[in-house]
Amino acid sequence: MDIYLPIAEMSVNVFVIFGMGAAVGFLSGLFGVGGGFLMTPLLIFVGIPPAVAVATEANQIVAASVSGVLAHWRRGNVDLKMGMVLLVGGVIGSSFGVWLFTFLRELGQVDLVIRLSYVVFLSIIGALMLVESVRAMMARRRDAPRRQHSHNWLHGLPFKMRFRRSRLYISALLPLGVGIFVGLLAAIMGVGGGFVMVPAMIYLLGMPTSVVVGTSLFQIIFVTANVTVLQSVTNQTVDIVLALLLLFGGVIGAQIGARFGAKIHGEQLRGMLAVIVLLVCGKLTWDLFTTPTDIFTIGAVGH
Amino acid sequence: MRRLAAFLALIAASLAAPAPAGARDITIDLTDPIVSITTGFSGTDLLLYGAVKEPGDVVVVVRGPAEDQVVRRKEKVAGVWINRDEIRFDRVPTFYRVSSNRPLDEFLPHELADRLQIGLKNLDIQTSHWGPLPHDPFAFREGLIRNLQRQGLYMKEVGDVVFLSENLFRTRLSFPANVSVGSFTIEVYLFRAGKLASTATTLLTVRKFGFEAQVYDLAHRFSLIYGVLAVVIAVVAGWAANAAFRKG
Repeated sequence: MDIYLPIAEMSVNVFVIFGMGAAVGFLSGLFGVGGGFLMTPLLIFVGIPPAVAVATEANQIVAASVSGVLAHWRRGNVDLKMGMVLLVGGVIGSSFGVWLFTFLRELGQVDLVIRLSYVVFLSIIGALMLVESVRAMMARRRDAPRRQHSHNWLHGLPFKMRFRRSRLYISALLPLGVGIFVGLLAAIMGVGGGFVMVPAMIYLLGMPTSVVVGTSLFQIIFVTANVTVLQSVTNQTVDIVLALLLLFGGVIGAQIGARFGAKIHGEQLRGMLAVIVLLVCGKLTWDLFTTPTDIFTIGAVGH
Repeated sequence: MRRLAAFLALIAASLAAPAPAGARDITIDLTDPIVSITTGFSGTDLLLYGAVKEPGDVVVVVRGPAEDQVVRRKEKVAGVWINRDEIRFDRVPTFYRVSSNRPLDEFLPHELADRLQIGLKNLDIQTSHWGPLPHDPFAFREGLIRNLQRQGLYMKEVGDVVFLSENLFRTRLSFPANVSVGSFTIEVYLFRAGKLASTATTLLTVRKFGFEAQVYDLAHRFSLIYGVLAVVIAVVAGWAANAAFRKG
């Protein structure tokens, strides 16, 4: 069954899009990640224009994050104050990101920048996760105590703020900076940025793991909402029909994935996710270096 | 039914009593002058019927609405393929297709094909490029045409015009799902003995219709409202999903 996407201006098979949503939703439920970093490249692989893929995926992540944050909220795992500081940074970063996106689009370099960002971040994150999960699997029997975050120059920054729920007294500039950076990624890559945010919160800010996911989801809602509105206004590239199709498959997939995830060991999960991340990264890298089918590309102007 | 009606109307027209002086040598009609893009749209076929008073060779040229296009050429920089030079072409037809009843070179003199812009190599594509052109500028024109062909918008080969009788012909016009919206012109040329004997033109409108049109209009005319609406829908959908699965 085909459906015509009014903004992407192309016809897609409903079951293909629905299946993609379900598959990525399954993985995100299984691994507890947003899945934007898998969905956006997949959408581009099936022929959705990259600009539409990025903007529409931001819209879908709003829904996925709302659905995810509610459970954490009920358990009190959202540090509202930290979330607010992060999201101020996120709104600044994503607004700049959408502007940069529009500028690169006019230059004809947006596809390249999207692909390069993916290659860089997926390879770093994938490699880190793989190393860590292998190390954890080898040291499973040993009960090494978790090292507390160490004090370094980052803790000498001004504007200190107390974050009660995270039991932290750190400079507000730190979460603000993290927020700006992740917001920028969200706008350019069409991701929530959880895969950068979560490690940054644990290792850079030293937040307790229990509040990390909930707080990250909380701020992602607002950053991706900001991206959705700004992309709609500046580029008119948010396709509501596509977003709804992805959402529907994604929600169902995520529930099944979460049930599967409860049965598998954490380290194994992380190792598997690392392999998937590296595979996507490998495919994107391959495309950058191999000779394209046609060295000429076209784009409509003033449309 | 509509096809049959158009067909019968044409037969009636072609059989009508001797036409008054100066009457058209060629008459055409489309099965439907409007193509509506709705939710289930995945491309469409139309039939064009025509009648000629005296036999000859018929060429049908379909052109889509014009749009400016940027063509970019990738180059290998440090191993990575990157867009480098670009040329902007003005008012390029978004759709172009030629059909005829026999191979063009059997009856159509080259100068005539060039003047009437029949065939891809005769299609006028202008550029208002400012400053020095990148090397091999003609490759950009070829690249533009190749891309449009790959998208199914430009013909790969000349289509068929079928003569049902000596005077009556028919051709099938196919439009892919990614066809542009706007006004299409369909020009029909009648050639006899290497000369243009007559022409006829008709218009075809392609438009988005119903839900698709409303979404598109909202996104382009009230883009702020559209963006906020997209967020609200996502929030409600996310909340509903959570509520539904919490019960289950």
